[in-house]
Amino acid sequence: MSIISEKITPADQLVSLFEHSRETLNQGSSPILNRMREVSIKRFAQAGIPDFRSEDYKYTNLKPAFEKNYRHELVRETGLINLNEVFKSNIPQLDAHLVFLVNGWFYSGNNPGAELPKGVVLGGLEQIANEQPELIQNYLNRQAGLSNDPFVALNTAFSKDGFFLFVPKGVLIEKPVQVINLLSSDENLMATQRNLIIAEAGSQVKIVVCDVTLSASSILYNTVSEIFAGEDALVDVYTIQNLNNLSTSINSAFCRQQRNSNLVTGIVSLHGGLIRNNLKVTFNGEHAEANVNGISFTDKKQHVDNNTLIEHSSPNCLSNQIYKNILDDESTGAFAGRIHVARDAQQTNAFQRNNNVLLSDKARMQTKPQLIIDADDVKCSHGATVGQINEEALFFLRARGIGEKDARMMLMNAFAHEVILKINLEPLRDRIDELIEKRLNGEISRFHDQLSE
Amino acid sequence: MLSIKNLRASVEGKEILKGINLEVKAGEVHAIMGPNGSGKSTLANILAGKADYEILEGEVTFLGQDLLELSPEVRSRSGIFLSFQYPVEIPGVPMVNFLKASVNEHRKFKGLAPLTAGEFLKLLRAKKEMLHLDTELTNRSVNEGFSGGEKKKNEIFQMAMLEPKLAILDETDSGLDIDALRIVAEGVNALKTPENATILVTHYQRLLDYIVPDFVHVLYKGKIVLSGGKELALELEEKGYDWIKNGNE
Repeated sequence: MSIISEKITPADQLVSLFEHSRETLNQGSSPILNRMREVSIKRFAQAGIPDFRSEDYKYTNLKPAFEKNYRHELVRETGLINLNEVFKSNIPQLDAHLVFLVNGWFYSGNNPGAELPKGVVLGGLEQIANEQPELIQNYLNRQAGLSNDPFVALNTAFSKDGFFLFVPKGVLIEKPVQVINLLSSDENLMATQRNLIIAEAGSQVKIVVCDVTLSASSILYNTVSEIFAGEDALVDVYTIQNLNNLSTSINSAFCRQQRNSNLVTGIVSLHGGLIRNNLKVTFNGEHAEANVNGISFTDKKQHVDNNTLIEHSSPNCLSNQIYKNILDDESTGAFAGRIHVARDAQQTNAFQRNNNVLLSDKARMQTKPQLIIDADDVKCSHGATVGQINEEALFFLRARGIGEKDARMMLMNAFAHEVILKINLEPLRDRIDELIEKRLNGEISRFHDQLSE
Repeated sequence: MLSIKNLRASVEGKEILKGINLEVKAGEVHAIMGPNGSGKSTLANILAGKADYEILEGEVTFLGQDLLELSPEVRSRSGIFLSFQYPVEIPGVPMVNFLKASVNEHRKFKGLAPLTAGEFLKLLRAKKEMLHLDTELTNRSVNEGFSGGEKKKNEIFQMAMLEPKLAILDETDSGLDIDALRIVAEGVNALKTPENATILVTHYQRLLDYIVPDFVHVLYKGKIVLSGGKELALELEEKGYDWIKNGNE
């Protein structure tokens, strides 16, 4: 006879938390959200937290992040936001429709709605799901619900709030919508956030999302966004991630594009202990175009992993991806980009590139392109490079009197520049250039360090 | 101005320079000629501070300072300018930003305030006019997509912006058609003053039709084997490098 001692895993603990908090979770929350919880927690319980044996999480181990003890904000804990303090934390200041979320909860302290064009709805998911369920019910979880990712299931089981944006047919929002996600807690915190963006046919919107930790504690930030771009819609989503070294961000975005729509995404991973970004784009109509880009900066023991999947389900669509990583110290990075061209998706154009610069001998980068092409009349390409700072260029700049540090900075900026240029919002490009400068000269790290003193 | 004494240097364990001696004074133009592989570019790169070489012996002083002790950026700020044989393309670094940083580093070194944007643009325009350059070059990233001729013109333009005390032109004539060569040479001549000096590193004599040297040195197998006036270049052109090779073996 043997005694089998079963260790209680972090996944078990989360399932048990769900069982004990079922009422709290459902309380005040729309049935649209609540009806997805049970099936999602089951899905999460079955999958557990993936390790390196999982193909999708081969290069990113999230187990240690889940082994910490976290506080959960299952109900809204409201506090006041000091705007001056917020902008000190390296959030780009833009002329924008501004909304805030704190630990995943929509903050109703300011009301950007007044300035928005008629018919536009911008607010908290919880509130809108209660008050205008008709806006949400045909969209929420329509894409994310198809995913097998355990963290998306975990998010769906626990999420109560996030930001919601609805742009009606033909409406153009001129100024960008800036969503500032503040993460702050004295103790370790697991924050769950669910976002939904619906851009109806012919509408146009640019969204700037800024994630930032304002405390030194470890935050596990699990966010899921669903983005629907209607026929002829133009949607830009730019994200800047700036988290402390103890924090983990799992950021999953699902985009569905109708005929002739145009999507641009750019994700700037400026700082953070462990960042995993999942992006899925599905073309659901011909002549749609997606430009998805990313740049990351890592040092110390940081890790950034970008995982993309472009589903070319319709013919005549174009996708273009450029992802770049600059890695220093012992930091690690990963990029896995999958392009799937369906059998009927003829005349597809799909391009992907991943370029990486290693600044130290100990930095590591894993890159994995994957093309699955079932159509026969397509143009697809992919390429990946892992290299060092160009020594010839460095010497050239120094031989013109520019100091080594400045010259390196210039070359890193130049490397990042290609990705920054893809951002169709000039003021944001300028702000990001400044942030990159601050990142490379250590100012961003010092901001986070200072909070832990 | 520049004094090289018994300079020996190697790259990857192979001795390239085997005892170079050279004195360059203000106002002089020196041409260093020699067949491929004689060590001409190595000498130019060592003077500019490229790190790929190991100095085995000898000393180099520039305006009384031990040049070999200085970083490439300090050499540049002190007045050394290397015009590269193969100027590197740097996509994403705009010419204007690069030049402004470079000029202001030089000014800082001299204790001068950085140029304002307006002053900088004025200087840029003046130097462009002086060299008859088209405006296009400065609107692009450093050397990106430039033709061979454009790259060399761009080097001379940088030289005009920085006004070095000692310009080392490494094979500036290679890859240039006759028109580009003339523009480059005119630029070098226009920048000539009694206070500065020039070292022309070249394989062919033709550049010396346009920039007339005061001294010609022939570098062969890591040593200066022959020195003379400008007429030496013509003699070399006539007799070929075999004349040197045979004479030395």
